[in-house]
Amino acid sequence: MNQMQNFTKGFIKENPVFVLLLGMCPTLGVTSSAINGLGMGLATTFVLLMSNIVISVIKNVIPSKVKIPSFIVVIASLVTVVELVMQAYLPALYKSLGLFIPLIVVNCIVLGRAEAFASKNTIATSAIDGLGMGLGFSFALTLLGAAREFLGSGKIFNLTIFPEDYGMLLFVLAPGAFLVLGYLIAIINRLNKA
Amino acid sequence: MSKLLTISPSPHVHTSDSVNKIMYRVLLALVPALAWSFFMFGFEAIRVTLIAVAACVAFEYLIQKFIMKEIPQITDGSAALTGILLAFNVPASLPTWMIIVGALVAIGVGKLSFGGLGNNPFNPALVGRVFLLISFPVHMTSWPVTQHAAVDALTTATPLALLKEGVKAGQPVSEIMTALPSNLNLLYGNMSGSLGEISAMFLLLGFGYMLWKKVITWHIPVFVLGTIFVFQGALWMLNPENFIEPLFHLLTGGAMLGAIFMATDMVTSPMTVKGQLIFGVGIGVITVLIRNFGAYPEGISFAILIMNGFTPLINAYIKPKRFGGTK
Repeated sequence: MNQMQNFTKGFIKENPVFVLLLGMCPTLGVTSSAINGLGMGLATTFVLLMSNIVISVIKNVIPSKVKIPSFIVVIASLVTVVELVMQAYLPALYKSLGLFIPLIVVNCIVLGRAEAFASKNTIATSAIDGLGMGLGFSFALTLLGAAREFLGSGKIFNLTIFPEDYGMLLFVLAPGAFLVLGYLIAIINRLNKA
Repeated sequence: MSKLLTISPSPHVHTSDSVNKIMYRVLLALVPALAWSFFMFGFEAIRVTLIAVAACVAFEYLIQKFIMKEIPQITDGSAALTGILLAFNVPASLPTWMIIVGALVAIGVGKLSFGGLGNNPFNPALVGRVFLLISFPVHMTSWPVTQHAAVDALTTATPLALLKEGVKAGQPVSEIMTALPSNLNLLYGNMSGSLGEISAMFLLLGFGYMLWKKVITWHIPVFVLGTIFVFQGALWMLNPENFIEPLFHLLTGGAMLGAIFMATDMVTSPMTVKGQLIFGVGIGVITVLIRNFGAYPEGISFAILIMNGFTPLINAYIKPKRFGGTK
């Protein structure tokens, strides 16, 4: 696998949300609008990129018995950085994402890439993998958020496409997340098959 | 769909029943209640019914032909039946485009996403109704005044909504009841509500016809209505100031329509009588719980969908005895 494939696999072929079905908690929880999805995706991307780099650097000094706790310590530190930065500079987004920011610590994608990829690969490959996966995650969350925001309130990124009276409230609520995710997965499966 | 080879245990008794025949008999059983809605709500009821049926049949045809790439099966009557049941479950004043959205969700999401007739775990018409109820809460709960009411207003509340508001405001039931229609009015259908749910009498007439033609058995409707009656009766006896008498709950809202026409859907209800007992009691209990303690005044559509979800589990645990087999 060359580096280009390593980078692009996160978008469609091995998309963490649509194909690997990892990190369903933030995927279903925060995607009520496109901006929330994008914010959550980029925060996770930063953590994913940094944790993949750090873990591939220190992979040889971690005893295998405390592998997972060590990963968690690294990831938790990075999440704290993201949380404090967001609280300082993007208070509105921080407020709407709420509890889901600290929950990045236990996000399956971050831990999964650390365990399955970064602890076995070189720094550069791990960084590219983290960036690709993170952007794939952001892409999925933004798509899901945009679709829900569009169907639910007639807007995309707060731009009005059609009057809000015609929005279907269900898509902003929890069942809408499951419905839209299901149909997006169906479309991605169709694309991957072709 | 390609031709299926039917494999079933003996005895092989032939019957002339077919999907078409059953569907058209159910449609016929709905005619009295439909005629009553036309009488009560006038042209609006005809508009809602025609649009719902046309949209359901059209979506079934288009999705089967262009997305599923199968031979469309619209003549089996199941899409038309979904359309009528969807129309029965919405207020007669619902805007046309919302009915079309509801039909798309009922047929597209509720039925064809799962593979079409026979594969859907949930009653398609109810999927459409609940989608509309959650998406458009204002439109789905403003009920037009019937043509023959003596009041000068455009919308009104259903008896169940009046009861809920009264209880929430802390009024005793005996006081609320003075504002509610009498049981006789509820029986023949002089109240506001969804298009087809208002007349218990005409729905029961359809039930009698379906029993006579052996389209359905008596079990599920009796279990559902019996449970509502017994459970609500027990609450009423415990505290008649907080809970209304049980007959009111049988005659209002979608209790009759749901128990007779929705819960008995062959695809989404259990196969054995024992399973149907669990299914029916579950619907009854959840309905009474939502109506008395929930946020919504009416809960039978949610109750049926929840028990639809349990149907595969019920079927897996309660299996029919094999003919000639021993325990």
